[in-house]
Amino acid sequence: METYTLIVLLLAATLRVAAPLLLAALAGMFSERSGIIDLGLEGKMLGASFAAAAVSAVTGSAWLGLGAGIVTAVALALIIGFACITHRGNQVVAGMAVTIMVAGLAPTLGLAWFNLGGQTPQLDGPGQRFTAISWPWAQAAREAPFPGLLYAELLSGHNLIVYFTLILVPLSAWVLYRTRFGLRLRAVGENPLAVDTAGISVNALRYQAVIISGVLCGVAGTYLSTAASSGFVRDMTAGKGYLALAALIFGKWRPWPTLGACLLFAFTDALAVRLQGVTLPGVGVIPVQFILALPYVLTVLLLAGFVGKAVAPKAIGVPYSKEK
Amino acid sequence: MSVPAKLPRWAEFGLLPFINLTVALLLSGAIIRIMGESPWNAFKLMGAGAFGSQDSIGYTLYYATNFIFTGLAVAVAYHAGLFNIGAEGQAYMGGLGTGLVCLGLGHWPLWAVLPLAVLAGAGFGAAWAFIPAWLQARRGSHIVITTIMFNFIAAALMTYLLVNVLIKPGQQSPETREFAPGAVMPAMHELLAKVGISFSATPFNLAFGFALAASVLVWFFIWRTRWGYALRVAGENAQAAVYAGISPPRIIIGAMLLSGALAGGLGLNEIMGAQHRLVLDFPGGAGFVGIAVALMGRNHPAGIFVAAVLFGALYQGGSQLSLDLPKVNRDMVVVIQGLVILLCGAMENLFRAPLAAMFRRKDGE
Repeated sequence: METYTLIVLLLAATLRVAAPLLLAALAGMFSERSGIIDLGLEGKMLGASFAAAAVSAVTGSAWLGLGAGIVTAVALALIIGFACITHRGNQVVAGMAVTIMVAGLAPTLGLAWFNLGGQTPQLDGPGQRFTAISWPWAQAAREAPFPGLLYAELLSGHNLIVYFTLILVPLSAWVLYRTRFGLRLRAVGENPLAVDTAGISVNALRYQAVIISGVLCGVAGTYLSTAASSGFVRDMTAGKGYLALAALIFGKWRPWPTLGACLLFAFTDALAVRLQGVTLPGVGVIPVQFILALPYVLTVLLLAGFVGKAVAPKAIGVPYSKEK
Repeated sequence: MSVPAKLPRWAEFGLLPFINLTVALLLSGAIIRIMGESPWNAFKLMGAGAFGSQDSIGYTLYYATNFIFTGLAVAVAYHAGLFNIGAEGQAYMGGLGTGLVCLGLGHWPLWAVLPLAVLAGAGFGAAWAFIPAWLQARRGSHIVITTIMFNFIAAALMTYLLVNVLIKPGQQSPETREFAPGAVMPAMHELLAKVGISFSATPFNLAFGFALAASVLVWFFIWRTRWGYALRVAGENAQAAVYAGISPPRIIIGAMLLSGALAGGLGLNEIMGAQHRLVLDFPGGAGFVGIAVALMGRNHPAGIFVAAVLFGALYQGGSQLSLDLPKVNRDMVVVIQGLVILLCGAMENLFRAPLAAMFRRKDGE
């Protein structure tokens, strides 16, 4: 029974860690499927988490925070778009630049506005955060371990953004594979010349893609500062943007496999927290660092073609110019 | 591919970087204004903090030494058409190599330890770059992604080593014991004192000399050797290189080995010269500053030197700034760094195209 409770709690933690990863990974999917490498995921998320926490702290509304997070991330996405689409700049450099800029800007503005050493004030007022939603009878269901605990911990007890994220996977799959926009998006990432020849604007499609990426990164960043914790702290994303990128590659740029990759990576993270300093029978203490490094090692192995093969969109990273 | 517009040499290496930097500083000035401080005052304080005294000059050059190493690392890879985001991890591992030599052979005389420390730093850095290089060359794995992953793997590995293996027994903080005096890079003020010049005691050390030597060697290698020529050809046009009998996979691996070795030089300055022990996260983002330095220095060792001193000044001046202006902290420098990367790297066409048009009109074409 003890083990069962532990597993249910571990899975629930996995879901909470996976939500921002999945949002960022799907954001990256739209951008990269259109042919724009998205190394700015980390920066867009960080910017959004700061903006969301700052606005929520000032206005007292998590929803206004969410709006500010989305607006900020979209603005950053448009900087990347302007550099890479309009000016045909190097996409890797643009993403890095935005990430580094935000890493400096967020604590700078935080210090100037709130004078708390770069953090935002603690979000503890009513409505300042996205808190867990308890489903009907969840408290009562807890009494019966199966399926009650499963219902109470795994289905119920998450915040709105987690549920939104889970709906987003089938929605993204539908947009990507079942709509005209999705078809064009996939085409522009493989062969922009063909799309251009068909009379569709390559640049407009790519701008739409980076804006979608901005919106989703905005939600992901808002989740970090107003749902997963109560306020912004320096370097809050801590590499989650890059982990999401790894998950996207691990999921071969497809929605459902990306969900799987995010759950796997989040599970290793939740497991690492649980296994901190625990002695396993027959194995001894597993260093937490090894578990935390696992997603990166797995992604390298995948990229090397040792476990399956990840094929990127063909035109990724190549600026499109009509004159050639 | 759209060919970037051609500029005269002085505009390419002088005017364009200057315009980019000016715009980056103007934008940062606007941010300082928003925060309610005077930008002019802030920049004046920064300048004084970076060059106002022997102390500050020493610190500026000490920071610059790190950035020369990482800037050169990014530039060498860039000439081969590769974007090395992994200088941070390679510097981390290179420092481990240097640190292990200093820990193990500290009782030897300096003249015996120093070459080994240099070799170990370069070797460890190169080894860490080798795997992504090999994967790119032989298996086609995108080197940008693999080097990012290797930064994280290096960080995890170093945390493990410092927390569980190398930590000095009986202490809490994850760092090694201090190196024996024989394994410490001579400080500049000590060397200058020997020739009768007095200079304030700062972390500025002999590693700066190694950085300058590395700059000259990189220049010679890239522009004066057959190998360097092959590297540039492969970077410009891999297909043409194949027709010329150059093997791109070998160039990729060679360039990344050299790049990693250069990044590994950071340990000479930071570990052997300043910290005198292995600590957590000693590269402190220098690998990413290297990207800004290489882009602004146009991937030329002379330009990299100027850009590295400039960023050294920003880092030193920035920490001074946070002491004088309570509303501005050192993170402001990171903003400037990001803006420089954006303007010199991703948006360089923004000013290049109008400049090129201006020069064409002047030439009366």
